[in-house]
Amino acid sequence: MGKTLFDKIWAAHTVRQLPNGMTQLLIGTHLIHEVTSPQAFGMLRDLKLPVLYPQRTFATVDHIVPTDEREEPFSDSLADAMIKELRKNCDESGIKFFDIASGKQGIVHIVGPEQGITQPGTTIACGDSHTSTHGAFGAIAFGIGTSQVRDVLATQTMALQKPKVRRIEVNGKLAPGVYAKDVILHIIRKLGVNGGLGYAYEYAGSTFDHFTQEERMTVCNMSIEGGARVGYVNPDQTTFDYLRGRPYAPAQADYDVAVARWKSFASDPDAKYDDIVKYDAADIGPTVTWGINPGQAIFIDEKIPSPEELPEKDRSTAEEAYAHMKLRPGQPIKGTKIDVAFLGSCTNARISDLQEVARYLQGKKIKVGVKGIVVPGSQGVAALAESMGLADIFRNAGFEWRGAGCSMCLGMNPDKLIGDQLCASSSNRNFKGRQGSPTGRTVLMSPLMVAAAAVTGQISDAREVFGLS
Amino acid sequence: MSLPKISQVAGRGVYVPGDDVDTDRVIPARYMKCITFDGLGEYAFYDERFDASGRPKPHPINDPKYAGATILLAGRNFGCGSSREHAPQALYRHGFRAILAESFAEIFFGNSITLGMPCLVMDGHDIRALAALIEGAPQTGLNINLLSGRVSLADVTFPAELPDHAKEVLIDGKWDAIADLLEGLDAVKSTAAKLPYIQAA
Repeated sequence: MGKTLFDKIWAAHTVRQLPNGMTQLLIGTHLIHEVTSPQAFGMLRDLKLPVLYPQRTFATVDHIVPTDEREEPFSDSLADAMIKELRKNCDESGIKFFDIASGKQGIVHIVGPEQGITQPGTTIACGDSHTSTHGAFGAIAFGIGTSQVRDVLATQTMALQKPKVRRIEVNGKLAPGVYAKDVILHIIRKLGVNGGLGYAYEYAGSTFDHFTQEERMTVCNMSIEGGARVGYVNPDQTTFDYLRGRPYAPAQADYDVAVARWKSFASDPDAKYDDIVKYDAADIGPTVTWGINPGQAIFIDEKIPSPEELPEKDRSTAEEAYAHMKLRPGQPIKGTKIDVAFLGSCTNARISDLQEVARYLQGKKIKVGVKGIVVPGSQGVAALAESMGLADIFRNAGFEWRGAGCSMCLGMNPDKLIGDQLCASSSNRNFKGRQGSPTGRTVLMSPLMVAAAAVTGQISDAREVFGLS
Repeated sequence: MSLPKISQVAGRGVYVPGDDVDTDRVIPARYMKCITFDGLGEYAFYDERFDASGRPKPHPINDPKYAGATILLAGRNFGCGSSREHAPQALYRHGFRAILAESFAEIFFGNSITLGMPCLVMDGHDIRALAALIEGAPQTGLNINLLSGRVSLADVTFPAELPDHAKEVLIDGKWDAIADLLEGLDAVKSTAAKLPYIQAA
C-alpha cells in the first residue's frame, strides 16, 4: 500500500514515541516573529536552556510593524519594545533575522518561500496559524503556540498526535474571474470551519496541478480556517522551478540532488487516505463572505441565506452574524456599500496577486470616499512591484501604497477599521473585531474582487466591473 | 521540573454560549502587544464584555452571580482561528482551570493542555443542560473527574471526555512536554543527522 506525502515526511522526522503515545517530531525549519516568540525566549531563560539549532530558526517582523512611518522608534512604544526584543533575542541566540533594514522583511509566510527556506519534504513550524501556507511546497507545516515555540527552540522538536489525511480533489479549469481564493473559500464553505478538525488536507487534482506556486500558497494558507492545522500540495516541477536560484535553496549540483529527494516525498498513486472529497472547478464562482467566520460564504450572485436555509446547527452563529454585519437574510450581498478596501495579508499579497489586479485596475480610480490600501507581503514583493510599475498603477487609482507587514488583516499596527466600517478584504479572517475595531465588519474575497469593490464603492462582481468573460 | 498531577478540577461554572468562538474574541489582537503573558487575564473576552469606552456589557463573565467561576462552558469549535497561546493564557490568568465544550479547535486544545488546563468534550445537549443547572444554582460547585470522564453538579452527572494522550499527561503531571522532549535530545541529533536540509545549514 502506498503512502501519502504526510506519512513519508512524518516518518522521516519521527524522533521517537513518547510515553504518552504522542510522537516527538523533528521540526527542520522554524520561523518566528515578534508577537508569539518573546515569551518563549523568556521561558528558555527561566529554564537556562540554549537554542539547540539556531541556524534552523529564521525570524522576521510583521504583525506590529507600521506600514507608513517605519522609522524607529515606532510611535507605539509597545510595538517598539517588541521589535527590539526580537532583535535582541536573535542577536543573543545567533538566529538570522530578516529585519526592516535588510530589505527582506515581510510577512513570515511570504518571506520563507521567497528566500527559498520553505522546501519540499521538510517539517516547518511557526507560532502563527497560517503556517499551513508552506504546505504549498510539499512540506508539513504547523501553526503552534508559544510553549511549542519554546519546545522547538530548545529541542528542535514538538510532541504531536498524528492527524488523519483527507484528500481534497478539485478538477477542471476555473472560469475567468475565479481565483485560488475562491477555491479555498468554497472548500471551507462546503466542509465547514471545523470540518478539518483532526485532519491534514492534501489538495490534489488538475486544478491544483495547474496552479502556480503562489496560487497553491493561497489555498494552503487558509487550511486552518477550515479547521485543518496542516494543508499541502504534492511538490512538482512548478515547485522546483519556483525554488531554483532562491537564496536558501540548494545551489547548482546540490539542487539536482535535492529535486530527486523532493520528488520522492510526493504521495504515491496508490496512497491510502482517511477520507476523499471531490469538487468540480466549473462549479466554483467568485466567492465572498457574509458573516463572521470564513465558512459563511456565498457566490457573489447569491443572496445572504436565511436561517431556514441553513442546517440547524449553523443557525445561532448566523443570527450572530446578521447582527454583527448589519446585513439581512435574503438580501443580495452584491451592492453592499463598503468603506475600506484592503489588499494584503499572507493569503493574497504576493507579486502575482498584485499583477493580476493591476492588469485590470490600470486607468481606473477607486470610488471617492473609499479608503483603499495595498500592503505588499514583503519588501521583496514591494520592490518588484515598484520596478514593474504596479505600485504606480495602484497609486494612480487612489490606493495608498504601503510598506510590508500583516497590517489590517489583524489590526495590531496602526492600520485598523474605525467603528463599524465595512472592509472588502483579501485577508483570511472575518471574525468579529478582527480588523482592529470591535464593531468593524470584514468581507473576504479575492484580490480582484477587492479592487472591484474599491472602484464601485460596493461589493461587486469583478467580472462585470472589469469586463471579464 | 515537577508539575502537579491533575486528575480532577473542582469549582463553580459559567456558560458562555456560542459556536466557533475564535481566539481573536478570547483575546483581541491589540492586547498581544506585550513581551510576557502577565496581566492578560483582565482582557479575556474583552470586546464581548466591555464597550468602546470600557463600560461593562451584559456578559456571563461580568455577571456577579458567576463571579469567581473557574470552569468555562462553551459551544462547538471553541478557540478556532489564530494559534495565539495568549488566548488560553488569558483564560488561565483570569482564573479558569478547565473548559467544557462541544468541541475544541486543535491548536487551542494543545496550547491549553500545555498550561495544565483540561479541555473536555461534552455532548451539546449535556452542556446546555449543565448550563441550566448552573444558572439555577450558580454557587454550587462542579466536579470534573478526568479518570472517570464525568462532570457532576450536586447529584447530576454527565460524561465529559478527554483524548487518552491528554488525559494521561494531565494525570501523570507531565502536561508540559518540555521535560520529555529534552530526554530525547540524543535521538533528536541522530534523526537530524539523516536529513540533508538540516545538515546543510
